[in-house]
Amino acid sequence: MEKYINSYVIVTVFLILGIAFPVVVLWLGKQLRPNKPTPAKEVTYESGNVPVGDSHIRFNVRYYLYALMFVVFDVETVFLYPWAVAYRQLGLFALTEMVIFVGLLLVGLIYAWKKKVLQWNSI
Amino acid sequence: MEPLRFIDKPLTWGHAGLMVLMAVAVLAVVILFVTYAIYFERKVIGWMQFRKGPNRTGPLGLLQTVADVSKLLLKEDTIPAKADRGLFILAPALAFIPSFAVLAFIPYSQHLQFADLNVGFLYYIALSGVTTIAIVIGGWASNNKYALLGGMRSAAQMISYEVPLVISVVGCVMLAGSLNLRDIVEAQSGYFWHWNFLPQIVGFAVFVVAAISELNRTPFDLPEAESELVAGYHVEYSGFRFAFFMLSEYVYVYAIACLTTILFLGGWHAPIPQLDFIPGLIWFVLKFAFVVFCLFWIRATFPRLRVDQLMGLAWKVLLPLSILNIFITAACIELFGMGG
Repeated sequence: MEKYINSYVIVTVFLILGIAFPVVVLWLGKQLRPNKPTPAKEVTYESGNVPVGDSHIRFNVRYYLYALMFVVFDVETVFLYPWAVAYRQLGLFALTEMVIFVGLLLVGLIYAWKKKVLQWNSI
Repeated sequence: MEPLRFIDKPLTWGHAGLMVLMAVAVLAVVILFVTYAIYFERKVIGWMQFRKGPNRTGPLGLLQTVADVSKLLLKEDTIPAKADRGLFILAPALAFIPSFAVLAFIPYSQHLQFADLNVGFLYYIALSGVTTIAIVIGGWASNNKYALLGGMRSAAQMISYEVPLVISVVGCVMLAGSLNLRDIVEAQSGYFWHWNFLPQIVGFAVFVVAAISELNRTPFDLPEAESELVAGYHVEYSGFRFAFFMLSEYVYVYAIACLTTILFLGGWHAPIPQLDFIPGLIWFVLKFAFVVFCLFWIRATFPRLRVDQLMGLAWKVLLPLSILNIFITAACIELFGMGG
């Protein structure tokens, strides 16, 4: 039990140090670096041209399809890991069940494949 | 390495102080690693391309990265007027924090380990996902077309390759019957023919390819494709904010090299019985260095993939292969009682 609590204390310590390090270093940098902003410096970079329009625009819906597929298969891994840890105790029945479960998801993958979701033909 | 046994004892202020010291030590080691990994990368790629690499700053160019970092620290930090200021400042820190926090649970040898987590590998997956969010935030907050495209591409690529990366490790977990990294290494105890990279050769291959892609390294460095996107999601970043993106990228190199060593290359075990007298930590460092070298070697060797090939590789090749690997492993355990 002590080991369990101590492990998470260590994780917390790492997390706090991970937050403190950028804060301290960026603060230190602020003291050291010059700061002479001009309007020209603050223009958005667009290969030397004056930027055209805004960049907060609607972009290709394809990215959302990848996000959806990711959610499906990431949830699958949430089920796969406990199954994998306990596999030796579960035996053939669990294997059959997992084949069915993954098979169903693979049908989805094949459907997406046939629907050309996986094809990337523009940015 | 007896002092680290305090993990089994109740928490006191003294122990908490020790933990803080350990975390600071890890941070120092990681920064030293990043400094010399960059130097080593430039040297190795230089030699592979018949160049000399950095050789002017300090003896043999050893201070080159130090000079680069101090230059970044002293550079003026410009934030574009059109950028979303709050998110722009948040993104580099948010990219770095999880990359450092994942280092808390890596076992380096039999006795040198910090947090001994039973969720093990899942902890890495959970935290490394946060960096993807930071990249999207950085790309979006810059309010720059290149940055937005780079950020979106990067996010799409990272989530696509995370799926085979995660599934390829399931085979190792099945052989060990545990998610704890220490148990996974113990399950490989013995010599190189006991290590996971032989029975899990398919998982190993998928893991390496997906890991290189997760690290955004050549041949999968499309988010940073200089020739088409200038610099990708961090094009608007300058000074130390930019340095934090680079730092977190190299800290992930460290984490992935450690994980490859632990999951597939037997951790701290010696490859042949005759070499057992060399301590485990040295073996760990040697294997780790070998993995890092291979990452640099791959960068020098392969050309960049085309964007339309990139996603296809993850979903059409790596994902089916990694799922196949699970069922082959399951069948082998069932039929031959493998991994015992």
